[in-house]
Amino acid sequence: MSQAALPILSVFPSRALVDEKFKVLVENLPPGCPVTIHSLHHSEDQDYWEAYGHYISDDRGKVSVSDDLSFGGTYTGKEPMGLLWSMRPVLGSRKGLRLRKMNVCTPMLMDISVYSRHDGFRDQAPLASVLIERWYMAPGVRRIDIRERGVRGTLFIPPGPGPFPGLLDMWGGGGGLLEYRSALLASHGYVSLALEYFSPGQLQTADLEFNYFETAFNIVKDHPQVMPHRVGIFGLSLGSIVTMALAVESRIVRPRCCVCISGNHCFPPGRTLAGITGEVDMNYDKVRVDENNYHIWRDVGLAIMKEPSSKLDMGKINCPILLVNGHDDQNWPTVESAEDIAEMMRAAGKEHLLTRLEYPDTGHLIEPPFSPHFRATNFIVNLTKEKVIMLWGGQTKPHSDAQEDSWRRILTFLQQHLYCSPSPKARL
Amino acid sequence: MDRKQCCVKLSVQPSRGLMDEKFIVLVQNVWPGFQLTVHALHQCEDGHSWEAFGHYAADATGTVNVSEDPSLGGTYSGVEPMGLLWSLRPVPGSKPGLRMRKMNVQTPMEVTISVYQGHQTEGFVDQVPLAGVLVERWYMAPGVRRIPITEGGLTATLFLPPGPGPFPGLLDLWGGGGKLVEYRASLLASHGIASLALDYLTPKITIETRKMVGIEYFETAYRVLQQHPQVFSSRIAMLGLSFGTSITLKMAAYSEVVKLRCAVCVSGSHVQPVDGSVEQILGYFHKNGGKTRFSEENEAIWRDLLLPIPTDSSLKVDVGRLQCPLLLVVGEDDQNWPAYESAMDMKEMMERAGNSHLLTILSYPNAGHLIEPPYTPHARSSFFRTVNTREKMMALWGGETVAHSRAQEDAWRKTLVFLRENLF
Repeated sequence: MSQAALPILSVFPSRALVDEKFKVLVENLPPGCPVTIHSLHHSEDQDYWEAYGHYISDDRGKVSVSDDLSFGGTYTGKEPMGLLWSMRPVLGSRKGLRLRKMNVCTPMLMDISVYSRHDGFRDQAPLASVLIERWYMAPGVRRIDIRERGVRGTLFIPPGPGPFPGLLDMWGGGGGLLEYRSALLASHGYVSLALEYFSPGQLQTADLEFNYFETAFNIVKDHPQVMPHRVGIFGLSLGSIVTMALAVESRIVRPRCCVCISGNHCFPPGRTLAGITGEVDMNYDKVRVDENNYHIWRDVGLAIMKEPSSKLDMGKINCPILLVNGHDDQNWPTVESAEDIAEMMRAAGKEHLLTRLEYPDTGHLIEPPFSPHFRATNFIVNLTKEKVIMLWGGQTKPHSDAQEDSWRRILTFLQQHLYCSPSPKARL
Repeated sequence: MDRKQCCVKLSVQPSRGLMDEKFIVLVQNVWPGFQLTVHALHQCEDGHSWEAFGHYAADATGTVNVSEDPSLGGTYSGVEPMGLLWSLRPVPGSKPGLRMRKMNVQTPMEVTISVYQGHQTEGFVDQVPLAGVLVERWYMAPGVRRIPITEGGLTATLFLPPGPGPFPGLLDLWGGGGKLVEYRASLLASHGIASLALDYLTPKITIETRKMVGIEYFETAYRVLQQHPQVFSSRIAMLGLSFGTSITLKMAAYSEVVKLRCAVCVSGSHVQPVDGSVEQILGYFHKNGGKTRFSEENEAIWRDLLLPIPTDSSLKVDVGRLQCPLLLVVGEDDQNWPAYESAMDMKEMMERAGNSHLLTILSYPNAGHLIEPPYTPHARSSFFRTVNTREKMMALWGGETVAHSRAQEDAWRKTLVFLRENLF
């Protein structure tokens, strides 16, 4: 009869929201035993993503990823969530991949396994393996297709009677309809509209008036389960530009607050969104490529910013605004833009409305926490319809820290400005 | 000033959990000192509604944390992180004698947790809560595989943990109500044990032939587990509750085929005609039916059917023969079986035989017969249809809710430790 102890691997919780932490524990190992803990995900695009850390069990035969150090792998040190944020495509994958969940009604499935050894750990079957689910939607969140008043998007409504604060949620220059951040925001108690405003590569020809976004905002505001005076706007990259434009220029919508990730204030007043591409057009010669032939666009942005007439007058803003940027943003000079915005707001006496978060070695794509870091990915340039690899920037560990920290602060900012405070002076 | 308290934030973490995991219920953004009721509502598979609730007062920061703050009243009181689950009871106006059991383990139990203004005790369904969230409670971890087993004439379901294996195995037996009850086996598989839930009183073969199964049925089940490529054939345990204990002890002590690594017996007894078939053992209990007593509410008390514990060795499993560790879990207020008295007698027998080092007894004051996985609502009595007589009666199981719920939590944790120590 065999006396060998069977290793026990557990992950708690086994089903979680994507922004929740987990604890990975291996028990019943021999003491001082080298093992590798590995995560594997098969994406909707049929690519494989993985991460792993090398550990050594303690004198009680335990490895706790939350408490112990990884000695190597795709991450090192004490990293409770390293098995997620350090994921990258497996060897032999296509280049320039980005991991984005399109169907938010199902979870991301990950295999977490423990293998013997460090070097060559893949040569044998794992000692144990479990499956975990990572969800963008909490139970009870409702997903509703929106095709009304000419607006296309998906509305996510939290469970419960409401009413709830609302958000208009916009992604960037890649186009299409990305639902995952809105689903996650609804899981945190906000009615959130993920807005589609152009198809990938079609920004030039998109029939986009300012009015489109105002209508989208009103769809949220007018929803019976939304508190009409508590609707904010959330944007990333190009979405941030739209956000700031609405806050500054719109005579129809009054956002309660704004969150702008990796954004800038270059929106020529009176122009349409497609008109922005005209600015890029004029400065396209400033696009550089690095040694890998990845596109670097930040100088285009710097050139545009030199023209005062191509910038929004941020001094006119009347609501709190949170800017989240990375110092290593290679796509757009977002930190420089934030400096300029701060200057304008200071001059107009609106500094108290501004909160800036800036992170070292962090790139353009600041996503929800524990998402893998994408330093450079495939992109269709709207102008030329070229398929290029766009350099977003950032180093994986600091970028991942920034994602985790900024999300927590974003949620606090939204809670502060969109949920009632219990003090009697709630209404200003 | 707002008309009513608005923007209340309610969160439950994790929102999707296993049935035996704890959660943290947090209410935020209310006025300091605000009185509120946290309410749980569940509609079970039979369509009945169950509810639980606690009364709280927010602290100075306008927060209520159910894991840390005391409930001032409701279906539970004091600091009870999981009170919203274990104190669930049928809503007013429900049929009597209900018991909550999940039969489909592939879907979660859905519980709506809500916050209401003030300290309320009724009429929840007629009001709009301040906030509400949905919580999922699963009997199956992701990746656990559910495999119906019909080979060898068995009516069973095998639950395999995720991963390459091999896994230790376990035969899971419920009691005299029969049916194929899967939820404990699926939960054990979620803890890494390949578990076979076995219907041995109402299997297809008995329905068709009208004959009760013999001992070979259990030996077949054992073999199916043993021969499974992903099961560690020398690490198989058996877990039985109520009548399932009778079978477990019989197999553990006498079977030439079934070699258990360890056994867990919950709310059962070793008293049975030693050479009896399943049918004969049931017949022995039925013969003593005259000893049935009735409570004031006309609930049947069956504990006396096996009392006094016989001294005749042909009427009890010789536990002195056991060669594997045995864990006995008993409730001292068990009104259905004399589990405590049986445990004491087994202890004495094993001490005399010199194998009492194998025995662990967990005995819980004020716990009843139905010692289920943690946070299962306590049923002090419920309608019960015995397999052989087909009569439907109200059976008194016993137990006082708070003590019984604590016992379930403690016993499960210790059972998992016992299984881990002996099987892994």
